[in-house]
Amino acid sequence: MKKLKINKTTKHNFITYLMVFIAFAAASLLLAAGQMSSLMEGLLVPLCIYVMLAISLNLTVGILGELSLGHAGFMCVGAFSSAFFSKCTEGTLPDGFRFFIAILIGAAAAGVFGILIGIPVLRLKGDYLAIVTLAFGEIIKNLVNVLYIGKDQNGFHFSMKDSISLNLDPEGQIIVNGAQGITGTPNDSSFIIGIILIFISLAVILNLINSRDGRAIMSIRDNRIAAESVGINITKYKLMAFSISAAIAGAAGVLYAHNLSTLTASPKNFGYNMSIMILVFVVLGGIGNIRGSMIAAVILTLLPELLRGLSDYRMLIYAIVLIAMMLFNWSPRAVEWKEGMKEKYLGGLKKRREKEVK
Amino acid sequence: MSFISYLINGVSLGSVYAIIALGYTMVYGIAKMLNFAHGDVIMVGAYVVFTVVSTMGLPPVLGILLSVAICTLLGVTIERVAYKPLRNAGSPLAVLITAIGVSYFLQNVALLIFGANTKSFTSVVPLEALELAGGQLILSGVTIVTIVTGIIVMVCLTLFVNKSRAGQAMLAVSEDKGAAQLMGINVNGTIALTFAIGSALAAVAGLLLCSAYPSLTPYTGAMPGIKAFVAAVFGGIGSIPGAMIGGILLGIIEILGKAYISSQMADAIVFAVLIVVLLVKPTGILGKNVQEKV
Repeated sequence: MKKLKINKTTKHNFITYLMVFIAFAAASLLLAAGQMSSLMEGLLVPLCIYVMLAISLNLTVGILGELSLGHAGFMCVGAFSSAFFSKCTEGTLPDGFRFFIAILIGAAAAGVFGILIGIPVLRLKGDYLAIVTLAFGEIIKNLVNVLYIGKDQNGFHFSMKDSISLNLDPEGQIIVNGAQGITGTPNDSSFIIGIILIFISLAVILNLINSRDGRAIMSIRDNRIAAESVGINITKYKLMAFSISAAIAGAAGVLYAHNLSTLTASPKNFGYNMSIMILVFVVLGGIGNIRGSMIAAVILTLLPELLRGLSDYRMLIYAIVLIAMMLFNWSPRAVEWKEGMKEKYLGGLKKRREKEVK
Repeated sequence: MSFISYLINGVSLGSVYAIIALGYTMVYGIAKMLNFAHGDVIMVGAYVVFTVVSTMGLPPVLGILLSVAICTLLGVTIERVAYKPLRNAGSPLAVLITAIGVSYFLQNVALLIFGANTKSFTSVVPLEALELAGGQLILSGVTIVTIVTGIIVMVCLTLFVNKSRAGQAMLAVSEDKGAAQLMGINVNGTIALTFAIGSALAAVAGLLLCSAYPSLTPYTGAMPGIKAFVAAVFGGIGSIPGAMIGGILLGIIEILGKAYISSQMADAIVFAVLIVVLLVKPTGILGKNVQEKV
């Protein structure tokens, strides 16, 4: 009988999709059985957000090979543009449809920002690129904090100073209120929508990686000069990867904005700390390994919650675990030791099998 | 007159950034890694002084010496435990993430010991404020001491790196580790020495920073650390004079931006200037332009 032959990458991708589905099924089962604590339930949507952020940053860091420290900035753009839209159209559009449009708007806005920032920035390399993306992330956060937008019958009013200088009518409504952000965003995010978005992002990224364009992008990572010399348009492909990555981060931001009723841009959620957090997921999960970064995102998000019993010590232990995992995963000596162990146990197994065959 | 006083304040803040940036840039030059925990070493230094001077009531000189000693030891220990095993790791990002882990670690240790409350730091500078131009220009003691310390540190460091054997060894290691080893230079020792000097400078910077802005929390070091990193890149990372120029320029831009444009957007202005500079000169002001070979 002829065996059904499946392409290796197809199989690999299928396992990734299956993993997400199993995680989704397990979580839904627990939810349905009422076995999940309210704390864990509240973590489901953030988990989806972090997974999306991790895989999107992996596209920039792992596939394109450029270090970006401003990923939270794109999330911020997505979050605020979509929350602004939702706030303006609340009551005029049906809920589900409005959220669908909000996701598109958030992703598109972040994607456009990705292109705008990418055109000048992607000329730089290495640490210089990293610091400029960090700078852009901070600028976006800073600008959002001084942005005031209001609406009355004369249309929209903008200001960069304070809410009074908007000159609104008495009936006018302030939508974006500087450092206080946007309040009263509709709570449209749910676990199912999060999972659907993860599937879409996975499909986009995995298909990109295995396409002609994806191979062009990876060739730039491996050797820029060689890629250029065979006629690959460096700028175009860099921008492509960068903007897709930004757009997915924007979609994650939409999910974030519609999960909370108040949206503010604080250093904690959209500052460089967040960008670094996402980078930690990517590096710990394996640079360029989409599946690994998803697992790392889930583990590192759950870890502080699982350690909650240790109260004051939990972030300390988190830090120690992070350092220990990095040392174990990456130090040449640990890698050698792991290889040695593999040889010792699996190698022995192989030899035994060979003997049996004889 | 107010412009001149802003300018002097800017130079003072810039000197602190420059001292921190020197630590960043030396470590980068020699170990090719971004030491994200550097900012938190500043915080540790400040807490040591706080404990010795404010809690135990001992003389400030003792506090300063102890702070420098503890930070030096801390820097060397961090290098030894967390960074050295990863020196030849497959990806340069691995050690970056470990540095972030160390940064979290230091912050949380400080959080456990001292709590999250803001401690008010008593200035260790006994100098009176100086009045110039008939009382129109007032310079606080801290400002003067900071600028003077900054100049001393820069001169000493430049002399050390260019004239002493250990400094020459540092330059050699940052140029080519393998070749330096073949010339009989103790590479591990030199790298440890770099971390020691960088951390000692961080202690000094922490002291000056908290004397000028007297609120101390476990997160005090993070933002100055990032700013100093920006300053180091601004001047051309790996270059010692570059870090000094970058730091001082950054301080001036920040203070002038706060004074004349918007205090809320001072950080955005600093970062915007950085982006413009890097777009015009992609390797920073004094950075070497390394030609790529095929």
